[in-house]
Amino acid sequence: MPLGKNTKTKIKAMSDKTININVPVLARVEGEGALDIRIEDGSIIDLKLRIFEPPRLFEKFLGGRHYTEVPDIVTRICGICPVAYQMSAVYAFEKLFGTQITPWINAMRRVFYCGEWIESHALHIHLLAAPDFLGFTNAPAMAQQFPAEVRRGLKLQGLGNELIKLFGARSVNPVGVKVGGFHKAPNEADVAALVERLRAALPEAKALLEWVATFDFPAREQAFTSVSLQHPAEYPINMPGTQLISDAGHQLEINAYETYFKESQVPHSTALHSHLDGKPYLAGPLARINLNYEQLHDEVKQALTSTNIAFPSNNPYHNIVARAAEVYYGLLEAVRLLEDYQRPGRAAVEVTPKPGTAYGCTEAPRGLLWHRYEIDNDGIITFAKLVPPTSQNQARIEEDLRLSLEALGLDNDEVTLRQHAEQVIRNYDPCISCATHFLDLTVTRN
Amino acid sequence: MRITNNKPTVAVHKFTSCDGCQLAILNLEEALLTLTQLVDIKNFAEAGILDDNAQVDIAFIEGSISTPREMAHVKKIREQSQYLIAMGACATSGGIQALRNMQDGEAWINAIYASPEHIESLATSTALADHVRIDLELWGCPVSSEQITTTIRALLFGVLPKIEHDKVCLECKRSQAVCVMVSRGEPCMGPVTNTGCGALCPQFGRGCYACYGPAENPNPNALANRFEGLGMTATEISHNFLFINNNAPVFHAIGEKYKNKDQSDE
Repeated sequence: MPLGKNTKTKIKAMSDKTININVPVLARVEGEGALDIRIEDGSIIDLKLRIFEPPRLFEKFLGGRHYTEVPDIVTRICGICPVAYQMSAVYAFEKLFGTQITPWINAMRRVFYCGEWIESHALHIHLLAAPDFLGFTNAPAMAQQFPAEVRRGLKLQGLGNELIKLFGARSVNPVGVKVGGFHKAPNEADVAALVERLRAALPEAKALLEWVATFDFPAREQAFTSVSLQHPAEYPINMPGTQLISDAGHQLEINAYETYFKESQVPHSTALHSHLDGKPYLAGPLARINLNYEQLHDEVKQALTSTNIAFPSNNPYHNIVARAAEVYYGLLEAVRLLEDYQRPGRAAVEVTPKPGTAYGCTEAPRGLLWHRYEIDNDGIITFAKLVPPTSQNQARIEEDLRLSLEALGLDNDEVTLRQHAEQVIRNYDPCISCATHFLDLTVTRN
Repeated sequence: MRITNNKPTVAVHKFTSCDGCQLAILNLEEALLTLTQLVDIKNFAEAGILDDNAQVDIAFIEGSISTPREMAHVKKIREQSQYLIAMGACATSGGIQALRNMQDGEAWINAIYASPEHIESLATSTALADHVRIDLELWGCPVSSEQITTTIRALLFGVLPKIEHDKVCLECKRSQAVCVMVSRGEPCMGPVTNTGCGALCPQFGRGCYACYGPAENPNPNALANRFEGLGMTATEISHNFLFINNNAPVFHAIGEKYKNKDQSDE
């Protein structure tokens, strides 16, 4: 049954039993999390997505480091989305310093970032999320019955990694990025060879989207606010020219983020909960497509139209379809931007640091990744705050869990409830390693 | 010590880390499917396989020890595993997050978390070898897929893999990369750093930043002198050593020396 607005529907269970569902280790998510739900007399009285990923205190040890060191530090926050961390950081510094990067640098960063979207989304779809929809506990088991689909997914994931390597030498903690551009421009032969492989994979990316769209999606329309960057001319990825928007009418400059988005600590999580105007909100692929559908390539829109899934969508299960659409988009965009590739004379521009506050925001695979740095006269970081997408989605995930479990029916047996809850969480592709390294906390106490 | 199982059992565990070294396995593409046929994966939470109590032939651990729970957990995994392998910089040296060890770690956490009573964290981040016996260390931030597959392959053959301890400089010469320090005066950690990455940074025209940890018989003092000759401040020199593998003893010692030098100069 579709649920309307955030109504706390209380569904009476068949019997007045108390159920505790504990998932001590959440499988198929990045990082360490767990879920505790307490149901009494047919209603959820407590629900906690516990994040116990140990904090690594990145914001603290960024202090005292030179801005040139930052891309090699923040990439270590997340093995799955290192490009996003590097991009939010370098754009923040370049904006503060007034550094004019060349159109080539901006375009190639977009390609580099497409590589990460393809890698991260393909990994999530095949190794983490699809087993839920097809009734398997893990991808190797699913590969026994869907060998071609899993192989196709691993291949697309590999192509994403190749794109990252083209500009960064390796796909985890890539080494090619610096403030002002890249350390090295790839040579034309390497680009041409990769473009051929990307082009050849386009039909597979389209087939992936069509395959994912056939999964059985429960009808779970929920009222939520989508938030993403928006650019006047292109689907949002990198920062220059973008604003922060929502389908609740927000249109904000990136440096206004903290005025509207508030983080607060909850006892059960080493990651913060984030709210927009006091309410949970959604960031990530589904939010991006909901807000920027028109800017997708025509090929992607046509493929989406043929699936009978309409966007904007208020069904969180459609996140996986949005992810597949962005894999296809990423391949098309990389081919478009690399097609007439010419190696430039220089891969970076000169950078002259200035003191002040640097704000950066880009679209990580899982959604908005917002950074703020204070920099002194010598280019040294004196303060850092990083807000990753998973902390932004955490409150939304808990809200979705309540609504989805109530819609499923709390009188279901515990195994069913647990499996359903895990699937709901995985729809958001939470990256718990990212989410846990906060500094500037606000404590809410009674 | 030989693996006698027909289909050896493997576990992958995550401690305090970024997930990046597990990706060395998840990014294997086609070889990932081959791997799952060669070995029986008993625990790998990110891949959806859970059995924390499984006795295994080979256990890989990603991440450092930074919570009381992890201190106990690593001992349990040691008892359950024939070969215990530390995978990546966090597991082998405590990782970049070990930078807290040089501060008053507890004060740091109290300063950072407004509500520290909810945070279960030690004041330090340390290598696995500080807590249990380790059979093999795979250095790197991140480790490469080749390090993982060659290790498993060697163990399947009943031998320990041969781990390179050459310096990055040798890899540069072999790959005919131009020396960034000689040609451009760019600081490079290659002369004291383990090879294994393929000398990626110098080939991208930048200095190595030592993510594969200290090489065998390094001479960090000579390199630090060279850095002074390039005009670097003591703080900059200390930052070069106190980075990804800041808690590796040889890097730690020289990094601390230069850090204190700058403070006494001021």
